[in-house]
Amino acid sequence: MRRRRAQGPRRPPWTGPLGLFHAGSSWLHRVGPGPKVAGLGVLGIAVVALTGVVTTLALALVTVATAVSARLPLRSTTRAVLPVLLTAATVGAYQVWQRGPAVGLEVGLDLVTLVLAATVVTATTRADELLDALVRGLGPLRRVGLRPEVLAMAIGLMLRAVPGLLQTATEVREAARARGLERDPRATLAPAAVRAVARARSTGEALAARGVGD
Amino acid sequence: MSAVPDEGTTPEPARPVLAARSATADLALVSTFAAFIAVCAILPAIVLPGMAVPITLQTFGVMLAGLVLGPRRGTLAVLLYLAVGLAGLPIFAGGTGGLAVLGKPSLGYLLAFPLAAALAGYVMTRLSSVRRSLLPLGAFAAATLASLLLIHPLGISVMGARLGLSPAEAITAGATFLPGDVIKNALAAVVATAVFRAFPDLLRARR
Repeated sequence: MRRRRAQGPRRPPWTGPLGLFHAGSSWLHRVGPGPKVAGLGVLGIAVVALTGVVTTLALALVTVATAVSARLPLRSTTRAVLPVLLTAATVGAYQVWQRGPAVGLEVGLDLVTLVLAATVVTATTRADELLDALVRGLGPLRRVGLRPEVLAMAIGLMLRAVPGLLQTATEVREAARARGLERDPRATLAPAAVRAVARARSTGEALAARGVGD
Repeated sequence: MSAVPDEGTTPEPARPVLAARSATADLALVSTFAAFIAVCAILPAIVLPGMAVPITLQTFGVMLAGLVLGPRRGTLAVLLYLAVGLAGLPIFAGGTGGLAVLGKPSLGYLLAFPLAAALAGYVMTRLSSVRRSLLPLGAFAAATLASLLLIHPLGISVMGARLGLSPAEAITAGATFLPGDVIKNALAAVVATAVFRAFPDLLRARR
């Protein structure tokens, strides 16, 4: 712990419970997670099912307009979409060369449209709201034996375990470095995995001791 | 490679047998392994000399979950990981997350993960009574079977369909991941064996 602090305030890869969400007050922020995910599903089907340059361009324009209306910070949105823009440009150029401009445009634009739309949904919806919606949506599965509250519990336990396991991974890596074995994955991964199982065991006992899950 | 000392891999002392098989213990194992896959995916990638593509450990975590937990719990752990990642937490390879992965050409690889964990776990269960010296080999076979039968075929066909590639072009593009996968499966086999040595009941009581 002390070592990490000495290196200065470096942002951990684990960025907190809100994830890739960006706070805001646009209409997209106010719509519930259910309709947004449903809309994304419809767009996904439309992008795959409808072919042709005109529809491809129309869907891309609608998506861009929606993204602009969400008023998200430009930098983080660009950072999320940039890798797929590069992929789309590369593959689009390849397809223009191999199969003509119509196919190239469609393949490239479809890719960007879907990823941009999904990025907007993720950025305007809090992860915990989305997970709550998932738990509610799985309610009917109660009849086949999957209880939604068990799923909610599992999500909570998982989120709680991530920072602890990250710290374990860091400790194990430092222990391996002290022995000169940091390049040997067995010296870093095996102890981390064994300690994860030990952690799961003690979590299970703690839950059982509190009468959870009976 | 030199032998790795085993200190640090000793299990917690005094584990009551009672808790080992209950639904609560399973719940804890499933959610902890979902978190373990997340940690594997967001840790910095390993760069091995002579390899073009740096190795992220996402598939390693998926395979390990299947091998260690067996088909049922392993699949559940992977599904939980995918659900939380899709909900918008940055726990997929390279610190990405959210529904955007559904639109990316690499979607097929993610879809194949729960199936691969199921197959690797199933094969490992069938091999669980094998001689202890053969365990790493059995685990490697189980993981390799899952990646060759499920991860690569599904990943490559979805990528080909999304990018409008012919089968030959798609296979050429997908084959770049094969060498890294062999290394990851070997790692998963070695680590699974270490876990079984520390917790032998994970190999005996499999569901």
